[in-house]
Amino acid sequence: MSALEQIKQDVETNDVVLFMKGTKQFPMCGFSGQVVQILEYVGVPYKDVNVLEGDGLRDGIKQFSNWPTIPQLYVKGEFIGGCDIVREMFQAGELQQLLASKGLPVKQATNG
Amino acid sequence: MPMDAGDIEKMIKEALPDAEVTIKDLAGDGDHYSAIVVSEAFRGKSRVQQHQMVYAALQGRMGGVLHALALQTSAPN
Repeated sequence: MSALEQIKQDVETNDVVLFMKGTKQFPMCGFSGQVVQILEYVGVPYKDVNVLEGDGLRDGIKQFSNWPTIPQLYVKGEFIGGCDIVREMFQAGELQQLLASKGLPVKQATNG
Repeated sequence: MPMDAGDIEKMIKEALPDAEVTIKDLAGDGDHYSAIVVSEAFRGKSRVQQHQMVYAALQGRMGGVLHALALQTSAPN
């Protein structure tokens, strides 16, 4: 299977996929690490794909999304954005809303 | 070669002439920047589209010579 086919399959068969440098246990870049922290906080299950495992994957995901940087977050097959967008959406509460509106389990914020 | 903050601003303004661009050198090393870009051109566009407009302005440098540009975009209030 080519890298692009593998990316397509990952995006189509997982509700939430994060293409990142390193793994969720061991991010290899600060931007990837930030998105991992946000997803862990939100509590949604997700698949992590380490683009450092191959140049085909690393270049392929940029081509696939028409987006020049990594990390990249996909929800239900839709490209959501990179680190800056995910952080902005998280801070505005929009990320949690988006995930909930797609029927995905997120931790509800508790007040106090 | 890292990019100069002035060059980043110039390229963004060439593509988005009305843009208000604020660039900060985050680490003082000429390699880690944040950019806040406010432009009427962003109105009605999704965040992904807004960022893609800035990336287009940077003509392929994003992800290459510019590996660390934290970007925030919005339309004017």
